[in-house]
Amino acid sequence: MKKRDSIRIASGQGYWGDLPQAPYWQVSKGPTDYLVMDYLAEVTMSILQKQKSRDPRLGYAKDLLQVMEQILPIVSANGIKVITNGGGVNPQACRDAIFDIAKRLGVKGLKIGVVYGDDIYGRIDQLLGSGNDLINMDTGESVRKVRDRLLSANVYFGAFPIAKALEQGAQIVLTGRATDTGLTLAPMIHEFGWGKDEFDNLAAGIVAGHILECGGQSSGGNYLKDWRSVPDLANIGFPIAEAHADGTVYITKHDGTGGLVSVDTIKEQLLYEIGNPREYITPEVVADFTSIQLEQAGENRVKVFGVKGRAPTDFFKVSMAYSDGYYAIGTLTYGWPDALEKAQAADRIMRQRLQDLGHKFDEFHTEFLGYNSCHGPLSPQPAEINEVVLRVAVRGHDKESIEAFGRQLVPLVLTGPPTVTGFGGGRPKPQEVVAYWPALLPKSLVKPEIEVAEL
Amino acid sequence: MKKILLLKLAHARSGDKGDASNIGVIARKPEYFSLLREKLTPEAVRKHFEGICRGKVERFELPNLGALNFLLHEALGGGGTVSLRNDAQGKTMSTAILRMEIEVPDDFETR
Repeated sequence: MKKRDSIRIASGQGYWGDLPQAPYWQVSKGPTDYLVMDYLAEVTMSILQKQKSRDPRLGYAKDLLQVMEQILPIVSANGIKVITNGGGVNPQACRDAIFDIAKRLGVKGLKIGVVYGDDIYGRIDQLLGSGNDLINMDTGESVRKVRDRLLSANVYFGAFPIAKALEQGAQIVLTGRATDTGLTLAPMIHEFGWGKDEFDNLAAGIVAGHILECGGQSSGGNYLKDWRSVPDLANIGFPIAEAHADGTVYITKHDGTGGLVSVDTIKEQLLYEIGNPREYITPEVVADFTSIQLEQAGENRVKVFGVKGRAPTDFFKVSMAYSDGYYAIGTLTYGWPDALEKAQAADRIMRQRLQDLGHKFDEFHTEFLGYNSCHGPLSPQPAEINEVVLRVAVRGHDKESIEAFGRQLVPLVLTGPPTVTGFGGGRPKPQEVVAYWPALLPKSLVKPEIEVAEL
Repeated sequence: MKKILLLKLAHARSGDKGDASNIGVIARKPEYFSLLREKLTPEAVRKHFEGICRGKVERFELPNLGALNFLLHEALGGGGTVSLRNDAQGKTMSTAILRMEIEVPDDFETR
């Protein structure tokens, strides 16, 4: 059932670690109906799973609490709804923590919905036992290969479970692993009453979600075409999708903010992290990015229309993380003259010492910051440069070798080429390599659970 | 004929999909799109990224945006969390492709 003709959905965070003041700006600098925030990258779940195993009250994006502290009073007073996947692997604990903040701030009658059931980490053996090998989409191998090293496993849910929580009156919806795009599509489903077979509308919502999911990257941030022309990036206005019941979406930002919303800033974001543009696969729909039409509809206002979609697949995408050895990275800075030549010599000396000690690595990678760390072998050989940073990184399964690498770096300062500094960080320490295992799982095997609670 | 930098004809954005680098290349003006389509073949892009891209190059067309999307397989040193590169996610692959030199007629103007 249609409740409204149009709504304004504001992007508040594009990833965990995004501009911390953006959510407050989005709910205070102009009209907003929904605030959507993405916190989860592919391997974030493994970090959260570890936190939860150490303390059952953890396992969600803790930064979200600071945001809630800032926005709860204004969100509650103005009836703005908040949707985020910051619930991580423990959305219930996240909800309880937000309820505590609400109590302290005197916010009354708050309803929070949680969407869970995406976490299948505890079900892997059962799935393997019933013939679901969670085949790696890139390599074709069974997950049995890394079973004993798995750190997390989550299904990507979409917008419909979130819409159901909104239907049940939730003012804040916390999810586990929900797609970034689903966060934006959900309020459209809820407000416009879109059905599961309205593929063009669903695809339009997904496209809006793709434009919003990286925050300021569609409103003038990281804009390559003409970056100098973007005004006042210090006060960048994060993107807002003004969505209409007929599937037309206008991308804009609050008046008086910095940044830029133009056909070209939107184009750059539409092309970000996509594969085949005719098959942008989500749990709700397969969107066709070659159908998207864009039109400048005013200052900092772009009309997005004409989007086509078709029926979704029978599978959920599964995102798993597993432990795959160790790595360490170290840097030293070499100064003029012959900075690059000295850094190259230091690299050779270090490799020889490690080899003579019998250490082995899966990979030993050297870059020279200031020369080739961005474009590798495409980088033109520079003329005399003033300084260069030697950056050496190693990866392997023998932790002792990785530690030995750390012990060999700093001694280069007094036993290698001259004019070297920048060793203040000390010995590089081994870090765990968390690798990614993408797979598919029939939708019939996983069911989203929804729970709405009132303070 | 003369050669000009692709940077003059296009802008771009890049990201990662596992160990594949996605590079979206957008015509700076609508009239440049057919030239991009003609010159930026998967083979030409593969050759340009020799030593970086170890797998195949796929190309997709988005005429509605005046854009091409490339997927460079095995181009990120193992992918986002495994790669030892400073640019593990290939964020600067966008301008790496814009270093390509494109052959155009002598009277071709980019302003």
